[in-house]
Amino acid sequence: MSILVDENSKIVVQGMTGREGTFHTKQMLAYGTKVVGGVSPGKGGQAVEGVPVFNTVGEVVEKERADVAIIFVPPPFAADAVLESISSGIKVIVCITEGIPTLDMVKVSSCLKGSETVLIGPNCPGIISPGKTKVGIMPGNIHMPGNMAVISRSGTLTYEVVYQLTQVGMGQSTCIGIGGDPIIGSTFIDHLKRFQEDPETEGVVLIGEIGGTAEEEAAEFIKTSINKPVVAFIAGQTAPPGKRMGHAGAIISGGQGKAEDKIKALELAGITVAPNLSHLGQTALDVMKNA
Amino acid sequence: MKIHEYQAKDILRQSGVPVPDGQVVTSPDEAAKASRIIGGNLWVVKAQVHAGGRGKGGGVKVVHDPGEVVSVTESLLKTSLVTPQTGPDGVKVHKILVEQGVNIEKELYLGMVIDRKTERPAMIFSQAGGMEIEEVAKNTPELIWKEYVDPATGWLPYQSRNLIYRLDPVPTPAVVKQLMSVMAKIYNVFITLDCSLVEINPLVIAAENKVFAVDAKMNLDDNALFRHKDLLALDDPSEEDPLDLMAKQYNLNYIRLDGNIGAMVNGAGLAMATLDLIKAAGAEPANFLDAGGGANEEMIAKGFEIILKDPRVKAILVNIFGGILRCDILARGVVAAAQKNQIEVPLIVRLEGTNVEEGRKILENSDLSFLLAKDLAEAADHVAGQVKGKD
Repeated sequence: MSILVDENSKIVVQGMTGREGTFHTKQMLAYGTKVVGGVSPGKGGQAVEGVPVFNTVGEVVEKERADVAIIFVPPPFAADAVLESISSGIKVIVCITEGIPTLDMVKVSSCLKGSETVLIGPNCPGIISPGKTKVGIMPGNIHMPGNMAVISRSGTLTYEVVYQLTQVGMGQSTCIGIGGDPIIGSTFIDHLKRFQEDPETEGVVLIGEIGGTAEEEAAEFIKTSINKPVVAFIAGQTAPPGKRMGHAGAIISGGQGKAEDKIKALELAGITVAPNLSHLGQTALDVMKNA
Repeated sequence: MKIHEYQAKDILRQSGVPVPDGQVVTSPDEAAKASRIIGGNLWVVKAQVHAGGRGKGGGVKVVHDPGEVVSVTESLLKTSLVTPQTGPDGVKVHKILVEQGVNIEKELYLGMVIDRKTERPAMIFSQAGGMEIEEVAKNTPELIWKEYVDPATGWLPYQSRNLIYRLDPVPTPAVVKQLMSVMAKIYNVFITLDCSLVEINPLVIAAENKVFAVDAKMNLDDNALFRHKDLLALDDPSEEDPLDLMAKQYNLNYIRLDGNIGAMVNGAGLAMATLDLIKAAGAEPANFLDAGGGANEEMIAKGFEIILKDPRVKAILVNIFGGILRCDILARGVVAAAQKNQIEVPLIVRLEGTNVEEGRKILENSDLSFLLAKDLAEAADHVAGQVKGKD
C-alpha cells in the first residue's frame, strides 16, 4: 500500500509542452509512471515522448481516464489550471509551480473546501510511492520501497532526508512535499490521517520549517490521533525574524513561526526531534528500533 | 515589495480613504514651501523609510512652527535613521513627508493580512491604536478583533458593524459611517492591488467627527506584480544591500546574515538546515543563498561571486543535493567563478544526487583547492575545523 498515488494512477501533465513539463514527463515515464496525456491549450493533437497532448483536462479525463494531474504551468495561469482539474473531477492534483499570487490561492483554497479533490502544493516537489509511481520532480533513484512515510514543506531538504533513510536501509511507503507557500492545498494533518490508516506505513518523518503554525497544529494532532512513531526535523533555527527564507511561507513575523516554538510543541507531544540534519537517518532508525 | 508611507497614502487618497494633507520633500527649502501650502499651525515631519519603528528611532516629529519643519527636515536628511528594525548602521533618509497635524481624539488600529490558518484575508481592528500591534496581541489579545473574508462574497457591511460596535464607547453615527466606508475601501485596495499587508496605525478619530488614516503601511505580493506593472514604479531599492540587489538581478535568494561562513545551497529548506548545521558546528553563517532548483551555470557563478564579494567571509560551504540542478552544472559554475575571482578562503564542497560523479571530477580536474565532504556530517566537521583553526 501507499497513499494517494500508486502503480494504477493515470497521470495528466498540465503544461506538458513547456521545458519543465517535457523534461519531467520523460523522467516520470522512465520511473514507470503511467503518464496518459498532456494538456497545452492550442497544442492538442501533438505528442510528447509518445504521450498525446490535448487542449483541455476534460478531454484527457474522458478519453484516457486520467485521475491524477501534475501542473507545470507558469504562475499567472497556474491557479486556473488547478481549478480546471478540480472541475474535471481529478482526484489528486500536484502543483509544482512556484510563485502563484497568494490571492489566487485564496480562491483555490475556497473551491477545494467544497470538493473531494486533494491538492498537493503549490511550490512543491510532488509525491512518490517508491517502486510504484512518481508524480513529481524528485530524483527517483534515491528512493527505496519500504515502510517509512515522509511529509515535508521543502524540496531538496526532503531529498536529503530520503537519501539518508535509504542509506540506513529504511525504505519509504510514500513521500510527499506539501509545499513552501503560505497557502497550500493539503497540510501535514491531512496526510498524517492517511498514513495512520495505511497498513504499510510503520512510521512517519515530518520535516517542517519556520513560518506559520502548521507544525504546532500537527504536533497537537499527533498527540491525540496518531499511534505510529513520528520523527521530526525543523529547518531554520538560525533564521532571523522578518526575513523570507527562500520559500514564500518561511518567515518569522509578529513573533510567530519560530523554529524553537515548533520544536517545543513537537517535543511536548512526545515526538523525537532530530537536533541536526546530518544524523536524521540514524535518529529515525533509533526511534523505529525502540518503537 | 514594500512601498513608502507617502505612496500608500496616495493610493488610499485615490481610493477615497481620508488622509491628512501632505507633501513629499527632498530638501529644507521644499519643506518650508510645503508647510506654507499645507497651512495651519501643527505639522508632522516624517522620514520615508521602509523600516518599521520610525517613531522610536526619532524619524517622526510633531512640530508647531514652520521654522521647525525646516530644521527637522534638515537634520533627518543629514543623518542615518536607526530604528529597532534597521540594524545599528541605520538607513539614509532621502525623502520626507510633511503633513498637516491632526487633533487626535481617539487612536484605532486597522489592518488587513492573509490569515494562513483560515486561508482567507482577515481584517484586524483594535481600539488600542498607535501602539505596536504585536505587543497588544501579546499582552491584551482581547482588544484585537478579526473578521475573515469569504472570497466569494467579498467584504460585507455586517462585518464592519461586527468590528465597529465593539468599540467602547460606541462612536457617533457620523464616525460609524466613515469607519464602515474606510473598511470597505481598505478591502478593495487589498484585493485590487494584491497586497500582502495594509496597516493603518493609527486610524484616528479627530475633532468634529472626522476620521483620518494618520499612518499607512502597504506591502505588495511580489508574485502578483506581473499584473500590476504600474506599481513597479513605486519600488525604491535605495535601502537595499548592494549584494541583495545583485542577487535579485540573477533570481537568486540571498539574505545577508551576521556570521563569517559563506554558504551556497540549492533549495530553501536545505539552505536553512545547512545554516543550522554551520551554527551547530560552532560557527555563524554569513548568508542565506538558495541557488534554486533550476539554477544554470551562470547563476551559480554569480551566486558564488556574491559570496566572494562579502569581505567578512572566512570560509565557504557549498552544499548541493542535485535533483533538477545537476552536480556537473554546479561544479562548472563554481569553477567559472573561481577563474574570475581569487578565492583566498577555504572552500568546503559537499555534492550529492544527479550527476554527482561528473561534478566531483570537474572540481578535481580544476586548479581549485577545496575540501570535499562525503556527507553532511563531514561537511560540518570541516566547518568546525575552520573555526578551530582560526582560534
